[in-house]
Amino acid sequence: MSAVNVMSGKGIEGSLRRAKIFQQLTLYIPAAVLALLVLAAIFAPFLAPYSPTKTALGQRLIPPFFIEGGSTAHLLGTDTLGRDILSRVIFGARVSLSVSLLVILITSTIGTVLGIIAGYLGGRTGTVLMRVTDVSLAFPAILIAILLAVVLGPSFKTVVLAISILGWAPYARLIRGEALRLREADFVAQARIIGSSPLRIMVRHIFPNIINPLIVIATLSVGLVILTEAALSYLGAGIPPTTPSWGAMVYDGRSLIDTAWWISLFPGMAIGLVVLSGNFLGDWLRDKLDPRLRQL
Amino acid sequence: MADVLLEGRDLTKHYPISHGLLQRTVGWVRAVDGVSFTIERGKTLSLVGESGAGKTTTAKAVLLLERLTSGSILFEGKDLQRFSKSQLKTEYRPRVQAVQQNPWSSMNPRMRVRDIIAEPLVVNTRQSKKEVRSRVLELLAQVGIGADCAGHYPHEFSGGQRQRIAVARALALNPSLVVLDEPVSALDVSIRAQIMNLLKDLQAQYNLSYLVIAHNLATVRYMSHSVAIMYMGQIVEYGDAEELFERPLHPYTRALMSASLLTLPGDEDQGIKQIILSGEMPSPLNPPTGCRFHTRCIEARDVCSKVEPELIVKGKQRVRCHHVVYRRP
Repeated sequence: MSAVNVMSGKGIEGSLRRAKIFQQLTLYIPAAVLALLVLAAIFAPFLAPYSPTKTALGQRLIPPFFIEGGSTAHLLGTDTLGRDILSRVIFGARVSLSVSLLVILITSTIGTVLGIIAGYLGGRTGTVLMRVTDVSLAFPAILIAILLAVVLGPSFKTVVLAISILGWAPYARLIRGEALRLREADFVAQARIIGSSPLRIMVRHIFPNIINPLIVIATLSVGLVILTEAALSYLGAGIPPTTPSWGAMVYDGRSLIDTAWWISLFPGMAIGLVVLSGNFLGDWLRDKLDPRLRQL
Repeated sequence: MADVLLEGRDLTKHYPISHGLLQRTVGWVRAVDGVSFTIERGKTLSLVGESGAGKTTTAKAVLLLERLTSGSILFEGKDLQRFSKSQLKTEYRPRVQAVQQNPWSSMNPRMRVRDIIAEPLVVNTRQSKKEVRSRVLELLAQVGIGADCAGHYPHEFSGGQRQRIAVARALALNPSLVVLDEPVSALDVSIRAQIMNLLKDLQAQYNLSYLVIAHNLATVRYMSHSVAIMYMGQIVEYGDAEELFERPLHPYTRALMSASLLTLPGDEDQGIKQIILSGEMPSPLNPPTGCRFHTRCIEARDVCSKVEPELIVKGKQRVRCHHVVYRRP
């Protein structure tokens, strides 16, 4: 009898431990991946075996080392101009990571502020803000970006500005909905009874309670930003093509996807890794910030 | 002359019903329709009625969460309409606080208990952090929550404890009037008495006035000095709590008491076991003619559907019913 109890006890403990380990893995692995990529971006000149822009026409389209015809000189192969893919992926992290980080910071801040104001204050201000949001959502982002690139000239700043200028709209929509819901919450009514100012209510009561959806949408938009940046580069409206970026590399390899698939695959994998790690870390952060889930 | 703290005079709140493309107003919901009451210092007035009777709207008007269509609220004899915005903020708001019905939703889940209780102080006073902290601990002790709980979040407490915290928050500014919106109806029956006793003790200690919103007559009986029974935005019976419970005059009051299983004096003699109201409250958009209660009243006669009864004085009570005029006292 006691043996049975001990065994079942062990089973429960074991599965709890497995769950705990899994939980920790979903934190540490994505954190490690992102940290590696950030380090790679920072120390790119020391890590990359070649210059990312050095062309070598004699070494065009070399496949990665594990494919027949590949060589360890170019671990991930070379592209149509003979540039080393590995070096370009490492340098590309600089552009892709910094653009997405900046864009997400800018768009989520603008979207959150406007969304909370529109949702909590409502009235005419809210209606006007939401109509502006609707227009922003309906406007083709690429068009604006091209326009900006023509006016300001293609550069890093232009890309960040171009993606941000309309990118706040989805945030504003989502956050407004949340603020609208929270405006009717009992604790907000209580804050009004206490005499809290609308600003205080928005900052202390509404904002802390919309962090969850905010983190989810922010982490989900990492991939979108990287790909938009790529589209802009492709159209010549982005960062000048000599600077490697993951999105641009994916686009570069598009026409050769059936023969020289490695040109697109490796930067694409990098994008995928960032998006996935971002989502896992976002989930973790969300749970960490919620006092109700903290001790679990 | 009783010491009146707050008086409501002919309070009315009509909500417009908009319809169609142009949002034209097609009608009005008379949520509160000519309600008058007085709350004395240190005393409790209860507003009782079914959902939709207008009791919560009345309370919201007192808390300045709703703007009245007409009528006036007098606080210590002064009309609130004469208060400037800053006067309302400094002289009225801090002195009229509230405890809400649902202790699970009345607190920001992301704030610690000490910040929740401190918020009224932070918003309305210029006390130093140290003063605020000691006041918070004092308040916690008063409502029977250990000081070691100050750093916890609301979700870590039970309903009864949360309601105690809500009471502490309402008391932080030393208010004169506390609006208690169904203060115990969300709690376990076993906890209710504790919270009601706490509220009564605090009332005695600080000479607090309470405006209680309730549908449970047992609660009301235990806590109130006077009671107003509301039906479809009107007060149908209003009087001293003890007398009203001893001698309910309005058929609706009798029905409510019957529904909450309070025995009525003389019930057995009259062979009345229980009055069960049939149907629901008619649409407030289109209230019945005459007495608003006649559609559900067991004593209704012809006159009830034609003439709207006034609130008449009968002994120490006021009642809105035709029959009382004819009935022996």
